Amino acid sequence: MEFAELIKTPRADNVVLHRPFHAAVEGTLCLTGHHLIFSSRRHDAAEELWLLHSNIDSSEKRFVGSLGTLVIKCKDLRIIQLDIPGMEECLNIASSIEALSTLDSVTLLYPFFYRPMFDILEDGWSSFLPEQEFELLSSVTDEWRLSCINRDFSVCASYPPVVIVPKSINDDELRKVAQFRHGNRFPVLSYYHKKNGMVMMRSSQPLTGTNWRRCKEDEKLVNATLRPGKRGYIIDTRSLNVAQQARAKGGGFEQEAHYPQWRRIHKSIERFNILQESLIKLVEACNDQSHNMDRWLSKLEASNWLTHVKEILTTACLAAQCIDREGASVLVHGSEGTDSTLQVTSLAQIILDPRCRTIQGFESLVVREWLQAGHPFQHRCAQSAYSNSKQKWEAPVFLLFLDCVWQILRQFPCSFEFNQQFLIMLFEHAYASQFGTFLGNNENERAKQKLPQKTMSLWSWVNRTEELSKFHNPLFEANSLVIWPSVAPQSLQLWEGVFLRWNRPSKYLDEAQEEMINIINYNKELQAKVNVLRRSLAELEAGTRMHQNM
Amino acid sequence: QVEQVKLLDRFSTSNKSLTGTLYLTATHLLFIDSSQRETWILHHHIAAVEKLPLTTSGCPLVIQCKNFRIVHFVVPRERDCHDVYNSLLQLSRTAKYEELYAFSYNPKQNESEQAKGWQLIDLSEEYKRMGVPNAYWQLSDANRDYKICETYPRELYVPRTASKPIIVGSSKFRSKGRFPVLSYYHKNKEAAICRCSQPLSGFSARCLEDEHMLQAISKANPSNRYMYVMDTRPKLNAMANRAAGKGYENEDNYSNIRFQFVGIENIHVMRSSLQKLLEVSGTRGLSVNDFLSGLENSGWLRHIKAVLDAAVFLVKAIAVESASVLVHCSDGWDRTSQVCSLGALLLDSYYRTIKGFMVLIEKDWISFGHKFSDRCCQLDGDPKEISPVFTQFLESVWNLTEQFPQAFEYNEAFLLQIHEHVHSCQFGNFLGNCQKEREELKLKEKTYSLWPFLLAEQKKYLNPLYNPDFSPELTLLEPNTVSFNFKFWRNMYHQFDRSMHPRQSVFNLIMNLSEQNKQLEEDIKELEAKIKQRTGQSDAVLVKEHQQSAHPAPVALKSPPCFKKEQPPTPGNDAVRTIEGSNTADNRYSELVSEFSKAEPAVVSLEYGVARMTC
Repeated sequence: MEFAELIKTPRADNVVLHRPFHAAVEGTLCLTGHHLIFSSRRHDAAEELWLLHSNIDSSEKRFVGSLGTLVIKCKDLRIIQLDIPGMEECLNIASSIEALSTLDSVTLLYPFFYRPMFDILEDGWSSFLPEQEFELLSSVTDEWRLSCINRDFSVCASYPPVVIVPKSINDDELRKVAQFRHGNRFPVLSYYHKKNGMVMMRSSQPLTGTNWRRCKEDEKLVNATLRPGKRGYIIDTRSLNVAQQARAKGGGFEQEAHYPQWRRIHKSIERFNILQESLIKLVEACNDQSHNMDRWLSKLEASNWLTHVKEILTTACLAAQCIDREGASVLVHGSEGTDSTLQVTSLAQIILDPRCRTIQGFESLVVREWLQAGHPFQHRCAQSAYSNSKQKWEAPVFLLFLDCVWQILRQFPCSFEFNQQFLIMLFEHAYASQFGTFLGNNENERAKQKLPQKTMSLWSWVNRTEELSKFHNPLFEANSLVIWPSVAPQSLQLWEGVFLRWNRPSKYLDEAQEEMINIINYNKELQAKVNVLRRSLAELEAGTRMHQNM
Repeated sequence: QVEQVKLLDRFSTSNKSLTGTLYLTATHLLFIDSSQRETWILHHHIAAVEKLPLTTSGCPLVIQCKNFRIVHFVVPRERDCHDVYNSLLQLSRTAKYEELYAFSYNPKQNESEQAKGWQLIDLSEEYKRMGVPNAYWQLSDANRDYKICETYPRELYVPRTASKPIIVGSSKFRSKGRFPVLSYYHKNKEAAICRCSQPLSGFSARCLEDEHMLQAISKANPSNRYMYVMDTRPKLNAMANRAAGKGYENEDNYSNIRFQFVGIENIHVMRSSLQKLLEVSGTRGLSVNDFLSGLENSGWLRHIKAVLDAAVFLVKAIAVESASVLVHCSDGWDRTSQVCSLGALLLDSYYRTIKGFMVLIEKDWISFGHKFSDRCCQLDGDPKEISPVFTQFLESVWNLTEQFPQAFEYNEAFLLQIHEHVHSCQFGNFLGNCQKEREELKLKEKTYSLWPFLLAEQKKYLNPLYNPDFSPELTLLEPNTVSFNFKFWRNMYHQFDRSMHPRQSVFNLIMNLSEQNKQLEEDIKELEAKIKQRTGQSDAVLVKEHQQSAHPAPVALKSPPCFKKEQPPTPGNDAVRTIEGSNTADNRYSELVSEFSKAEPAVVSLEYGVARMTC
């Protein structure tokens, strides 16, 4: 298919662009296969706006006479307005945008056409391989092995080709366990706590059904992660009620009788359609500047967004506590094991493992616990807060995870190597990107579409010095401790960097941030200078002393 | 002295507690736990003491403080608890000013230092700085003996055209005699902020002198002869006042005025709003939705927004239209003080400096008779007079510092410290309800002024991001007052609940760094001088060198502290501001640093408890 077929009017002049807190600009609008490009004709301050079609969440058109107005709402939550003279032009452009922003085929998306303008130092597609992760692990323990059972994705469609499992379980047993777990997501290693050798596993729900089916191999696998005489915790991210309902539909949870060494704890993290609604309500509340205080607070409350944040953080803290404080191993699952499970396992690692608070470590965490673990990005991030169509699988699961990370970052501003821009960047790329990293729902789909061969990895771009410098937290001091965040409502905040980003001018806050960086850099400069001076003084003194001794 | 007393964590559900000894001194309640950590609570800070029903572990005693600290003790023997309870009740309720801490507080200053301290803030200097007296405004001696208005200061600035009969007539037509006077003069716009109380207009009464007074104010502004009259009350309240013979200006009787209600609620609404806020924020195991709906129901942030919105309205009239504004409420000492002082703060960058902020408080709050004694319940009095009006002012300023991080010379700790001392009764500034009362109490001889003490430790209150170039003289701040900009002030209402604070404070880190930068700059100078000296010394003056060799030791000694500083400044020490009413050495800086190193916040142990219970 040619994009040209979809672009009836490739160019319109005298278009006026309106953005909040910017003066309106007149210029030319161009449509290409993947971008909407607006450039002002003013010579003194030429401005260009490039917008990926895939970033457009929804668009509305209206007319006053022959002047058409197009309101474009983006997945990164920004809203822009274009005044396009001429009814036909406007209609054409509107329908082109509509078509181009909702392309069916993945292979037509921009990542398949994008050619990088930078030198690739390291191919991001091979930056974070499970084999490397296992190498690190095997240097501290030999109780685990790398299984290639899923090499051709035949055992579990949403798992990566290689997974880490207990050594004492062979591949035949794994196949049986896979039969017993929803979507064949058998328990695999998520995290090994070096401090005490405790582990965190993740899986999907067991298919116990109404007649309490059991699976000896599953029990053997789960128990194989326990030290002799030790107990473990199963953290079910659903409430007991929801879990019981799931049982009626063939799913279920581990029964005490069959897993006597395990204690089950139910928490209730909401599922995707509820989360999506929550996001829509939150963004609606943030975008309305006219709300009086009572209305704003009640809208913020009604969105339930911060409740979800608190719930997820609390569950992650619980998992981390079981491991670090109780010295117990943990198995985390919800229903499918692709959403709330991953929120909990990845956040628990941020709390426990200092490595995950570095840039590389966080990238590796996102790759391991989200991309390879089979979080369905393509489904979840198909639409953002402005979707009018009835939702199917959309949900801001990953955004909630990033929000939780931001909350911890706010409470421990010196313990993270990255800043909030890094998190915002990941949010943007998860929803619309020139890179192939977040395309597809799992490794299986990515392999089928040959993404590593045909598209560029986000990590190839991010991990270059020029880009990294933008995401570096100047306050970072490696902190090897476990960091326990406060989850009191008074300690949680709305993530302004994302939700109020387009709703208020941030000039003063940005300048203050800059000043802060200046102070830090100046300090480093002074330190260096003092050291140099001190050394030369010492040399001089030594010189004089020698002189005296002579 | 009571031993084996337990101090419970307010928010923990795991009943973790510290055991220690409780001491009662003449001025403080002191708790020393087994690891010798001290908690000092000034008796004047105690807002309420409550004895809860006996439990198996002893008799619980809850103490609520005016600085929003809440401590929960468990005393093993009921008798002791009862004694402590009674003593505290007595000690926290003072009947006479002379019994307040300020009268016994002795910071070891001699008389001249004491007097100098009181002279630090000179309001006539301040009016000079604003540019009055001038061709339009003059100092009036009408109230020199407090004859016209008891609650106003002696020195008042009025339009030159306002003669004494006009002043006297106008004051008779105003509630409590508080006639229109100058609060702030904007040099560039030649516009003024004036303040007064409500007119005694009832349904139809008018007063020619008062009308002349307002006309004099509008004529004193050559740039715009229209002036605004801002009634800061909700319209309904103002109308209700008419039935009592008070009310608001009738636009028809006054020429060239534009009348405007701005709808800030009265002291009673504010009191109960804060009460509700504290109830919500003090709930254990609070859910996000309960917190947000509690915040909404309390109306607290709505009130803060209303105050700031009113100030923004005032500022627009002056900055955009160059119009003078007369502000009043009922008595003109609560809402009027809030709006006038915030307006001036937005208009004039001087008030965003440490000294300027002190001047602003002295001018619009202390001298114009905000009833600190009644509002803060310094003496045992009418509980209906208590209201967090000044707290709201500080909170509004805090909101501005959040929006304009580089515009203020002072930081949050400064605001919190002032709040602390408004209630501590340790210094004389805030005692009493008006200047006349303060003079009668001879506060300047018998007590000390707070400001020199704050200035002496101003390092703690400096905003490291402050950029004086950000706001040259008379730079207007235009805050965004869309609702989402207003946040719950955790560091005020949970100042003492450390578990809710960020574990590492960017602000303190930057503060330390910028402090360290200054030191480093000096070190560099010193080192450079030394090097210069060394290189300049020819071998011929070896003798001198020899003599000096006794000295290099201090140089060598000096470097270690510098090197020490190079280590990462200890994070989490937002303790700089936690000062317990008493002397400045009471801040528990070092202790909190060690507390941090444990990195075990209480809130998580809440979850920990959950994990245990499920086992």
